[in-house]
Amino acid sequence: MLTVSNISCVRGHKPLFAPVSFSLQPGQVLHLEGDNGIGKTSLLRIICGLSHADGGEVLWNGSSLSKQHPEVVEAFRAALCYMGHHQSLKDELTAIENLLFDAQIAGRILSYDKAMDALQKMGLKNRAHLPLRVLSQGQKRRTALARLSLTDAKLWVLDEPFVALDTHSLNSLQVILANHVQQGGMLLYTSHQAVKLLKTNGHLVDIRSVQMVAA
Amino acid sequence: MMWQAYWAVVRRDVLLAWRRKSEGLSAVFFFVVVAALFPLGIGPELTVLRNIAPGVLWVGALLSSMLALQRLFEADFGDGTLEQMALSPIAMPLLVGAKMLAHWLVSGLPLVLLAPVLGLQFDLSGDALVTLTFALLLGTPILSLVGGVGAALTLGVRGGGVLLSLLVLPLFVPVLVFGAGAVEAQVSGLGVQAHLSILMAMLLPALFFGPLASAFALRIALE
Repeated sequence: MLTVSNISCVRGHKPLFAPVSFSLQPGQVLHLEGDNGIGKTSLLRIICGLSHADGGEVLWNGSSLSKQHPEVVEAFRAALCYMGHHQSLKDELTAIENLLFDAQIAGRILSYDKAMDALQKMGLKNRAHLPLRVLSQGQKRRTALARLSLTDAKLWVLDEPFVALDTHSLNSLQVILANHVQQGGMLLYTSHQAVKLLKTNGHLVDIRSVQMVAA
Repeated sequence: MMWQAYWAVVRRDVLLAWRRKSEGLSAVFFFVVVAALFPLGIGPELTVLRNIAPGVLWVGALLSSMLALQRLFEADFGDGTLEQMALSPIAMPLLVGAKMLAHWLVSGLPLVLLAPVLGLQFDLSGDALVTLTFALLLGTPILSLVGGVGAALTLGVRGGGVLLSLLVLPLFVPVLVFGAGAVEAQVSGLGVQAHLSILMAMLLPALFFGPLASAFALRIALE
């Protein structure tokens, strides 16, 4: 379980947003809302541990994610999948190489067949062995998102995952997200688009939203 | 698992260097050209050439590895791979160490292999060539490791290239002194063991602290 309590962030002597608190249980989805520049990306980076918070703390399963608890941080990182604005893709590598190396850097073992399946799901089967530089922006984006169907991380933190996707890949991404939540995963994302997630039984996934406001 | 990630990063970076051949080759080519220009500029006086050979080859190797250093973390920083490394459950110094090893394989090892060939132009004896190769084999990893810390510290800084040279070149001085000194000692018959031992004594702490310090600096750069 992820708990965010009273996180604040200061940029240039001024607080960026009013302190934010929420908690996220397995099987829940949280949509982080707010205007441009309110600090959604900063908040996500703080939660992941890439930046430090200027107040408040982030708890994983009830223990604080701080330097004093390296074992908690390690458990958290093993359970985390973060996708920011940068997609950590290499133009010189092929789509499949990107996926395989990426999984290994994240400390996971990924077989060639599984990576190929994931690319097929995103409609990139015929592009798997092309260097990424010849793919379009949307196809690169889909390669990055194919990672989601491969990771076994419990907590997904996604920064604007729906940007630059066509209808078809938007649908497949929604299916991937809904499956993840249905299997007890946690999802935290930012988006300016309203998106519905449909469970396999036809019910809508309940999406809570947290509104970020200026301090 | 840990070592699997380590070797994956090494393989990835070597593969990337292979696919972007021009970048890696330019640094090696620079070394070859510098070393080849000196005999042409100085003329065929063998005693002079023999005396300056160790210094010229070492300075050439040093500057050429500087050229490649700036790119060590740049691409991974730009496309977010460093973020993923920082968030990986695998210890970051290990992944950074893998990047440094790959950097040495791509930019240091070719210099080690080319140096004896280039040394022939300076009329170095067989023994001196062997010593030169050994000294470079011990010295160039130090350049990658210490230089990597500098590259991590100047990451994302505008004009970082100049800053990197100012930061790192003074730290390379001991390596240059003892590296070139080893060959001179061999030529003058003093024995090379002392020089090589000192190079080794510099390499071992660099192996341990280099990745640690770089990983620390990279986390700051990512904030």
